[in-house]
Amino acid sequence: MSIIEVNKVTKKYGEFTALDQISFSVQEGEVFGFIGPNGAGKSTTIRILLGMLRRNAGDAKIFGMDVWKDAVEIHKRVAYVPGDVSLWPNLTGGEVIDLFLKMSGKGNKKRRDEFIERFQLDPSKKCRTYSKGNRQKVALVAAFSQDADLYIFDEPTSGLDPLMERTFRQSVQEAKDNGKSVFLSSHILSEVEKLCDKVAIIREGKIIEQGTLDELRHLTRSRVTLQTKEKVTGLSEMKGIHQLEEKDGEYTFQVDSEEMDAVMRHISRSGIVKLECMPPTLEDLFIRYYGKHEKAEAPGGRS
Amino acid sequence: MMKNVMQGFLPLTKLLFRKDRIKILIWLVCVTGITFASALAYKDVYKTDADIKGFAITMENPAMQAMLGPGYELEEYTSIAQVFGHELLLFTVIAVAVMNILFVSRATRGDEEEGQMELVMALSVGRLSYIMAAVAEAVTVNLLLALGTGFGLYTLGLEGFTLEGSLLYGALLGGSGLFFAGITALFAQLMETARGATGYSFAVLIASYVIRAVGDAEVEMLSLFSPLGWVSRAYVFVDNHWGPVILFAGAAVILILVSFYLNSVRDLFSGFFRPKRGKIHASPYIKNPLGFVLHQQRMNIIAWALGIFFLSAAFGSIMGELESYFSDLELMQMMFQHDQFSFMEQFSALLMGIMALFGVIPGMICVLGLKGEEKKNRTELIFSRPVSRNTVMATYISAAAVITVIMQLMTALGFWFAGSAVMDEAFTAGDIFRSALVYLPAMWSVIALTTFLTGSVPRFSATVWLYFGFCFLVVYFKETLQMPEWLVNLSVFEHIPEYPLEDITVKPVVILILLAAAVSIAGFFGYNRRDLTG
Ligand SMILES: Nc1ncnc2c1ncn2[C@@H]1O[C@H](COP(=O)(O)OP(=O)(O)O)[C@@H](O)[C@H]1O
Ligand SMILES: [Mg+2]
Repeated sequence: MSIIEVNKVTKKYGEFTALDQISFSVQEGEVFGFIGPNGAGKSTTIRILLGMLRRNAGDAKIFGMDVWKDAVEIHKRVAYVPGDVSLWPNLTGGEVIDLFLKMSGKGNKKRRDEFIERFQLDPSKKCRTYSKGNRQKVALVAAFSQDADLYIFDEPTSGLDPLMERTFRQSVQEAKDNGKSVFLSSHILSEVEKLCDKVAIIREGKIIEQGTLDELRHLTRSRVTLQTKEKVTGLSEMKGIHQLEEKDGEYTFQVDSEEMDAVMRHISRSGIVKLECMPPTLEDLFIRYYGKHEKAEAPGGRS
Repeated sequence: MMKNVMQGFLPLTKLLFRKDRIKILIWLVCVTGITFASALAYKDVYKTDADIKGFAITMENPAMQAMLGPGYELEEYTSIAQVFGHELLLFTVIAVAVMNILFVSRATRGDEEEGQMELVMALSVGRLSYIMAAVAEAVTVNLLLALGTGFGLYTLGLEGFTLEGSLLYGALLGGSGLFFAGITALFAQLMETARGATGYSFAVLIASYVIRAVGDAEVEMLSLFSPLGWVSRAYVFVDNHWGPVILFAGAAVILILVSFYLNSVRDLFSGFFRPKRGKIHASPYIKNPLGFVLHQQRMNIIAWALGIFFLSAAFGSIMGELESYFSDLELMQMMFQHDQFSFMEQFSALLMGIMALFGVIPGMICVLGLKGEEKKNRTELIFSRPVSRNTVMATYISAAAVITVIMQLMTALGFWFAGSAVMDEAFTAGDIFRSALVYLPAMWSVIALTTFLTGSVPRFSATVWLYFGFCFLVVYFKETLQMPEWLVNLSVFEHIPEYPLEDITVKPVVILILLAAAVSIAGFFGYNRRDLTG
């Protein structure tokens, strides 16, 4: 069953088209990654899903209900964490969490305390004294303590340290294991790669690619490092080879997935000493789509 | 050694002055400006010796002494200088204390908290230089204030403002200011946050006021324990005792030295008292929507409630004397032209009209707070939960309605409390409360307009202040400017029966309530249809 169903949704701010006929769907039990650079329209999409913004055209449903008209009904089963959490400075973290759980109506004291512990939050401090990461923790604790069917996160880890990022990933994984659905917007690719079953890439208000991670990888280039006994000839003329470099008899290049077979046949004739083939990371994919700079070494790639 | 801890003191002091120069200028101009303007105004209000003696008699009761201090013996009121000294000194001292608390807390703990101090300390700067610079700033500002006020008052050349009296008046302002600068410097060392430092310093100020109030009204001994009590004991413009000034200076020096010492033995960012652990669970009161909004608005509510109470009490307290010195003013005759009612009745009717305008302000602030929440991206945390827009808006309107009721009760209470203290035949409490509460429908109409703008056209929600300003102008100037009737009728406040001059009739009250309801509903309608940006 589709948990989220978005069909040709368009959103305009005055003349400016922030979302241009975007469509995607999230199935039950799925972790859905929504990636794009700043200003792509991620938060706008989420606010439409939350019934805060009115769409200009198209259809958007959660649990089969209209996101605008049935917002209150839908929200009984939704937990949301914004990217930049701002809280009431004169309340403590603990008070805010209680307040949120009361509003959600599905507060669970045991889970609350458990998640406060896991995220190492000091709930006795006033929100005014919290750092960005701590404010995010408050919202995360409230979200995870809530027994929701759909979790929506808008760049949730942008203020967390690596240890807390891991706690976040574990919590999402647990939610998934319990059959919950997750919608996760991010520009941190490694996060999405580790968590998501399906990904949509948005840029300037348009979804330019979507599918499972495997499907998307298919579209991209693997990175190859190669050492051979003899000099490899004719590599640079081959179809599907990019960014070829040679240094001390070691070749590095990128190769389109569909040309992989031909390339392998070609190089094997020169006597392979060492061959490393790295699957494409989302980073590569990202850079290919957004890339002003087509660099061989995408930052943060796998090793 | 001393040279070492003070290294960089001068450049730091210059830096602080540069940073604060606008704020310093505004405070100095305001305090001295209001002082001079009041002195000049008193010359016109208290023309004869009888006027002055009248004032003195009005002040001779415990309520007024609790508010303004003990004053002087009746025969010592020989010029407006004594009236001025009695009526203005204490509250000016309080204003100066507030200024010092804000400045010193900011320049010490505030800069420390925000990391500016750390940046500076990383340079080759002595341990004590920063706090010394902050103290030097406070000393300079208070000195300027003392000399400026002192010589300024004398230069006005008004009767009774002797050179010594004027200088003492200024010195009392500067001295008490420095004392509170010292208090704040001390708390800035003890507490870990600027809020803590400011909060405790204000607590000292308020406690001083209360102790002095009880002392001046009941047991004089008590007043000697309050720095604000010392102020009145200078008997400025009569006996001119300089003792209090010396006391202030001495106490300030001790406080400052102690804070220097504490500063030198503690680590950066630390204090001697940890901020107290907050609650880890929300009380049922906060978890209730209306309770939550009232809790968020509590500073707004408390500040306005106190302000309105004291303003109303101040008006109430001068009631008895008003007739004698206002009745011959042409302007006042134009404003009070109902012959069949006593001057007091007319005055109280006008007062209620003005106070209702003040009372609606915190209610408007409350509803505008909803837009503030949206701007600060806090409504998304609420609306992503199963909470409807109607619920949220209704909660804010209800809170505003509660606030307006509180404010009207404060107006009535203040007026009744002070009025019955100074007048033999005071109004009945029932009359006063009725004449205040009858304004509620008009106030709710303004709240409704605020709701409508916030709900439907949030970009223009601030324009409600224009309407508010218009209503204010109408109250003050409808007679003197002879405003046309249709223009006057645009102000909702003009449709409220001016009790006791007019009977309370049902019709305008009901119509205004219906109007408020209709406009609010339009606001709900807009709020349900529009985008929420955060
Ligand atoms: N209230 C608004 N009015 C006008 N433009 C907006 C508004 N909110 C967002 N935008 C614009 O819409 C685009 C998408 O913004 P957003 O959804 O916040 O991007 P993201 O979350 O992907 O960083 C940006 O170009 C942004 O400037
Ligand atoms: Mg965003």
